[in-house]
Amino acid sequence: MPKPHDMGGEPNDEPIDQSDHQKMDWEMRADALHQVLGQKGIRRTDEMRRSMESLDPDLYRSLSYYERWTAALELLMVEKGYLTSDEIDRKVTQLDQGAN
Amino acid sequence: MRVDSPSHHYRTPTYIQGKTGVVVAICGRYRNPESLGHGGDGMPEQLLYRVSFAQNSVWDRYRGPSGDKILVDIYEHWLDPVGV
Repeated sequence: MPKPHDMGGEPNDEPIDQSDHQKMDWEMRADALHQVLGQKGIRRTDEMRRSMESLDPDLYRSLSYYERWTAALELLMVEKGYLTSDEIDRKVTQLDQGAN
Repeated sequence: MRVDSPSHHYRTPTYIQGKTGVVVAICGRYRNPESLGHGGDGMPEQLLYRVSFAQNSVWDRYRGPSGDKILVDIYEHWLDPVGV
């Protein structure tokens, strides 16, 4: 059973949206964080791919490009013991409440 | 091409598995992404081949010129020799 990223040749009659879009601030920060973690030897490209491919297929398809990166990074940071899900959730709650 | 969908990370798209192609170049030896993706050291390095497939042998409804090719980089352990 192919994983959700392995979609080459899947039947689909919908036209491909090839329009470009301006990157949002959080997307550039996600990219920067990803690069820094790579430079520090904390994550590898192949690990990122493996992590992204492990996302639930429905979730994978519902996420945007950088949302997938962020979800994959979160999984890797928890797996490698740098962060816990609780810590991440607490920080997200804080940010939601504007207390950053 | 071998047909497989191992539970670990791999870099061989499903659409090309089971197809027959021709090796057109050897790209080099690289650490194995199937190991690197899971925290391994990627050793031993694997030979990476560039393999050419006829587009109309890959896609049932291919409508382009019959000479069209698709080139895919494939690690050696995904290739089986065609009977000689």
